[in-house]
Amino acid sequence: MISALTLGGVAVRRGGRLLFEGMNLSLGRGEAAALVGRNGAGKTSLLRAVAGLVGLEAGEIAFGEADPAQARAEGLHFLSHQDALKSARLAGEELEFWAGWFGGSAAALAAAVDRLELGRLLDLEVRRLSAGQRRRLTLARLLAAPRPLWLLDEPMSPLDADWRAAFGAIMAEHLAGGGLIVAAVHDPLPIPALKVEIAA
Amino acid sequence: MSLARLLRREASLAWGRGGGPLVALGFYAGAATLLPLAIGPEAGRLAAVAPGAAWVTLALASLLCLDRLFERDFEDGALDLLLLSPAPLELVCAVKCLGQWLATAAPLAVAAPVAAVALGAESRLAPLILVSALIGGLAFVFLGGIGAALSLGARRGGLLTAVIVLPLYVPPVIFGGGAIAAFASGLPWLPGFALLAAYAASAVALGPLAMAAACRNALS
Repeated sequence: MISALTLGGVAVRRGGRLLFEGMNLSLGRGEAAALVGRNGAGKTSLLRAVAGLVGLEAGEIAFGEADPAQARAEGLHFLSHQDALKSARLAGEELEFWAGWFGGSAAALAAAVDRLELGRLLDLEVRRLSAGQRRRLTLARLLAAPRPLWLLDEPMSPLDADWRAAFGAIMAEHLAGGGLIVAAVHDPLPIPALKVEIAA
Repeated sequence: MSLARLLRREASLAWGRGGGPLVALGFYAGAATLLPLAIGPEAGRLAAVAPGAAWVTLALASLLCLDRLFERDFEDGALDLLLLSPAPLELVCAVKCLGQWLATAAPLAVAAPVAAVALGAESRLAPLILVSALIGGLAFVFLGGIGAALSLGARRGGLLTAVIVLPLYVPPVIFGGGAIAAFASGLPWLPGFALLAAYAASAVALGPLAMAAACRNALS
């Protein structure tokens, strides 16, 4: 599966404006990168480009030996600030659907629910959840369907101090298991990470 | 299989809150009731236009739920995640349309013969109207999906969808309405019906390609 992530001379244009160019990055198994930059610098666009949702103006993105299309279809999780949760559906239904969509098993789902303490929330409608609870529900996808590359867009922002620490531990375990993480952040990540500055 | 899961989710989303099929059925009943008020209560005149009126109203009612087909998934990021799976986007679009058909077009198809007979059509027409509405509904949903995907991200997307889609609804309205009218007057109705089915089949085959391309364009 995905053993590395390499960006060579990547440039992304959005709405006629060149966000950044000449972006280079090389990550191996067990490594994390923290994307920092001002609002609107293009952190989210870079994550979307890695996920294949946005085309590149120049440069290339490689996933080690893996075929890019297959790597994107089976090897990465993309967690954006849009959490893809339907407010009228039950939290449990939504989690179960997405875990299954990404190819997760029932056992992994149960473990994720335990780890993120979602048990009591599953039979609530998504609209009843707080921002932090919604975020934990989306984080559960990462554990319920194991995939090597995590693309995280400000994963910490709605979490309280305890859950920030807990998610730090989850990320550290993912890296220890040979995973890769690219996270767009404003505050420093609680794990050792390569700092990548995005500026126009 | 995750596509079966997606079909269940789509059908329940279309069926669920906001009243999906009930609103469409309500619109359908309302529009069908307006007709005799405009044309006048003369039974003979109403009976003559009843099947055609039921058929056109069906096309309009099936427009109603289209804006929900991609718009919500586009806004809440679900469309991004649907792309990050081994299932091709074309298949995802087809499954979404199928879910929409099950949840709204099928109930509307059941209402179509009821409306036609209530307006005074002969009851022997009801089975043909039902089957035509089921098949025509497929064409309406899969063509409507193209319009819904093309108008993603546009302000007042629902109205834009209707304007894009209505011209595409012309052939099924002609073929379906023609087949029912021919059957009513004892003429050969099979050619019109076969053309309707062929048009629906090509909509099912080609619609998802156009929808997927439009979705990719909206996301990038």
